[in-house]
Amino acid sequence: MARPATAIALAAALGLALSGLTGCSGGILDPQGPVAAQELTILWDSLGIMLAIVIPTILATLGVAWWFRAGNTRARYRPDWEYSGRIEMVVWAIPAMTVLLLGGIGWVSSRDLDPPKPLPADTPPVTVQVVSLDWKWLFIYPDQNIASINHLVVPAGAPVSFQLTSDGVMNSFFVPQLGSQIYTMPGMITRLNLQADRPGRYSGISAQFSGAGFPDMLFTLEALPRDAFDSWVANARTQGEALDAPAYARLTQPSRADRPRTFRSVMPGLFDAVANPGRNPALPQTNPHWPGHEYPSLNKDPK
Amino acid sequence: MFGKLSWSAIPINEPIDMIAAGLMILAVLCVLAWVTMKGYWPYLWREWLTSVDHKRIGVMYVVLALVMLLRGFTDAVMMRLQQAVSVGPDAGYLPPEHYNQIFSAHGTIMIFFMAMPFVIGLMNFAVPLQLGIRDVAFPTLNSVSLWLTASGILLTNISLVIGEFARTGWLAYPPLSELKYSPGVGVDYYLWALQISGVGTLLSGINLATTILKMRAPGMSYMRMPVFCWTALASNLLIIAAFPVLTATFAMLLLDRYLGMHFFTNDGGGNPMMYVNLIWVWGHPEVYILILPCFGVFSEVVATFSGKPLFGYRSMVAATMAICILSFIVWLHHFFTMGAGANVNGFFGVMTMIIAVPTGVKVYNWMFTMYGGRVRFNAPILWSVGFMVTFVIGGMTGVLLAVPPADFILHNSLFLIAHFHNVIIGGVVFGALAGYMYWFPKAFGFTLDEGWGKVSFWCWFVGFYLAFMPLYYLGMLGMTRRLQHYDNPGWQPWLIVAAVGVAFILAGILALIVQLVVSIRTRDHRRDHTGDPWHGRTLEWSTPSPPPAWNFAVLPQVEREDAYWHMKRRAREERRAAAEALAYAPIHMPLNSPTGFITAFFAVVTGFALIWHIWWLVILGLVGALITTLVFAWRDESEFEIPADELARIDRAHQQAYWAGSAP
Repeated sequence: MARPATAIALAAALGLALSGLTGCSGGILDPQGPVAAQELTILWDSLGIMLAIVIPTILATLGVAWWFRAGNTRARYRPDWEYSGRIEMVVWAIPAMTVLLLGGIGWVSSRDLDPPKPLPADTPPVTVQVVSLDWKWLFIYPDQNIASINHLVVPAGAPVSFQLTSDGVMNSFFVPQLGSQIYTMPGMITRLNLQADRPGRYSGISAQFSGAGFPDMLFTLEALPRDAFDSWVANARTQGEALDAPAYARLTQPSRADRPRTFRSVMPGLFDAVANPGRNPALPQTNPHWPGHEYPSLNKDPK
Repeated sequence: MFGKLSWSAIPINEPIDMIAAGLMILAVLCVLAWVTMKGYWPYLWREWLTSVDHKRIGVMYVVLALVMLLRGFTDAVMMRLQQAVSVGPDAGYLPPEHYNQIFSAHGTIMIFFMAMPFVIGLMNFAVPLQLGIRDVAFPTLNSVSLWLTASGILLTNISLVIGEFARTGWLAYPPLSELKYSPGVGVDYYLWALQISGVGTLLSGINLATTILKMRAPGMSYMRMPVFCWTALASNLLIIAAFPVLTATFAMLLLDRYLGMHFFTNDGGGNPMMYVNLIWVWGHPEVYILILPCFGVFSEVVATFSGKPLFGYRSMVAATMAICILSFIVWLHHFFTMGAGANVNGFFGVMTMIIAVPTGVKVYNWMFTMYGGRVRFNAPILWSVGFMVTFVIGGMTGVLLAVPPADFILHNSLFLIAHFHNVIIGGVVFGALAGYMYWFPKAFGFTLDEGWGKVSFWCWFVGFYLAFMPLYYLGMLGMTRRLQHYDNPGWQPWLIVAAVGVAFILAGILALIVQLVVSIRTRDHRRDHTGDPWHGRTLEWSTPSPPPAWNFAVLPQVEREDAYWHMKRRAREERRAAAEALAYAPIHMPLNSPTGFITAFFAVVTGFALIWHIWWLVILGLVGALITTLVFAWRDESEFEIPADELARIDRAHQQAYWAGSAP
């Protein structure tokens, strides 16, 4: 009965598999780092385990429905057959066993690929602090004391350790080809560790709707060989304006599709001040009501 | 005087808005003019608008749902067309402020004003009939619930003409939905519409749960209830537990927006992530509120059209109640990507997968219900088999998203969109339409046209796969949701395929309309005189179609599950003798009441005034609602009596029609 539609579904699944195999799609099917590669493997493994159950179930459903059609005189009609303990046990056991297996994968992989967990590497990670703004990405390199907009440059083959927050609404920092995304949220710091195995340019997006400029909230992650990265840093130190309080205040104004650019220096403690609004008196106060407290206490008198 | 309201609230300069609003107003005016010209107002007021009959209220819920299906689907068409053309900046025909309202309205309408009224309508209609009783526990409250839902719907539609709707997505995450980032009235429309309709839903949940727990026919113990009643019980228990959370969460956001409080703001100690937790504490049970009654519909349909009892009844009941409880401890899987930590993510991932166990059991039990049966492929079972095939795919992708590292790369992508449309269309919509085609003859006394029903099913089925399989793939290509435009030309072909799929679904919806029109025009040829057109198993089929206001002249004595099936198995002569020996006693039925309709009118006034800060009108609306309630509370008469001889006359006429119409 459901033949044409099943054919369409199969064709779609086949097309999907083919495009996956050919790679070069630019999305999560074309991983370029260890995190993305492991996550894709987990995805395929889980899908495979479930398809082993799901495909026979679909076929059996269609087969039973067709064989026991009212017009089929060869099918035996058993109008009172409504219970079988053995079958009940099997139908509870099949999904239970599947979920036991998948649950194990989920639990173990959740711990293995926890975003804050540092990646194993010989070299120390490069630290990048990410601030999502309306509607652009600010990347601060605290150790290099530089910053950039919508252009994230990292060394290839070395882990990058991200600290992320938002000055405004929520966003989700996501480079599909490198793996795990993580939300940026005001007043909170999230952590993420990624690595690009090879030099290249990978597109980055916000994966959480953030308002009118959301579709343009794109950035490019550029992985460079180590020496090229170092010379990019050295170059950035000599160019562009300094990211001080007035420059940051200008950045917080909503804008779309900002051109990528760098800042030659960053005022100290900028990221912490953004993540904990009110801590740094040099910053423009976005909070007129209650400065200086992450979590207000009822005992304290607000200034 | 009029708060924030001024002539500038009407979007004169927005052609799309004005055309949509104009068409809507024109359609409403046409309907009103038609009703006036035909002189139907007294009939409508007496028999429908003030009715407290659970069957009529159920029908009106479903009518609301079908109308809102058209509205929500129009939004879907606009989004699919936009994404099919919007490669590159400034592409497409919808500017962001417009597109963002459309996807927010689409989600809000489809969940709250299409799916919810549909399943609540089916439960309202069928549950008392299946339980063998004459009405729900609180008939007037039932009318209030219906009209409060209608109030929310009306407010949402007013936003199309006066002001704007939210641009925040259908769950309005703060801080985006806070005053600082959404200063307009859009979020206020969203919040007040859902607050008002949410109260209606909660009251309806209390009503139906009380009905099922306290009012079953004599002899109908819990384990003799039809499975649809079990799923309705689970769903309504979830409503009672979950909807207060939604109301409280929205109340806090409203306090932020109206009184400058700091529950979810960025500053002043607010915590936007708390909103995300709370909204999903409601939001995940909500999807089971929708799907469980649909599971019940499938259980009834598969058993009836297979000519067999439901396989593994006790397993089905256990699975239903397991889902009911488990659905409350999985909410965090909606935001694995907010950095909760490995163990928290792992726990919620595993709990989410565990829900797949009882759900999987149900699929197998439906399959074994067909096994050994004589499956008649009427339209309702096409939806059911289509559901079983589609839903296991949706369930599979859902479990995939429950693996935290897989979710890290799929969260918020079009893969997620494909997943939940897979379960909502393949589960809830197919289930609701199966129930609609299954119970339509009971509600109106004539069957729906089978041919057009099948056409509709195939269009929906094929359309669903065409529209959403490409979205699974696009999600894997890294396309995220809610994009007004994109710059990857490789995505466009798949989005065009998805748009073609939507055209198929449109054909399916048109087929539904044609089916209704054709069936009404040929109703004299398709009358159901026996009350049992499908050779049913449960008590609703023992009444005439449509049932009289009191459902059962004499309450049935239930001796086992599938009560009506076993009654029918007794010898014909024995049954006739039993029917003739029935002793009729006078019945008291509740009087119609305009309380629900008038309360809802004042609720709309209050909601509208709150949205536009017209404070005197707020007070007026609240006082009006209070007075309406007081008038109802001080009523002198609440019931009227139906004399025994009238009951006997009508019931015996049905018996004669039944014996004449049913084969010996």
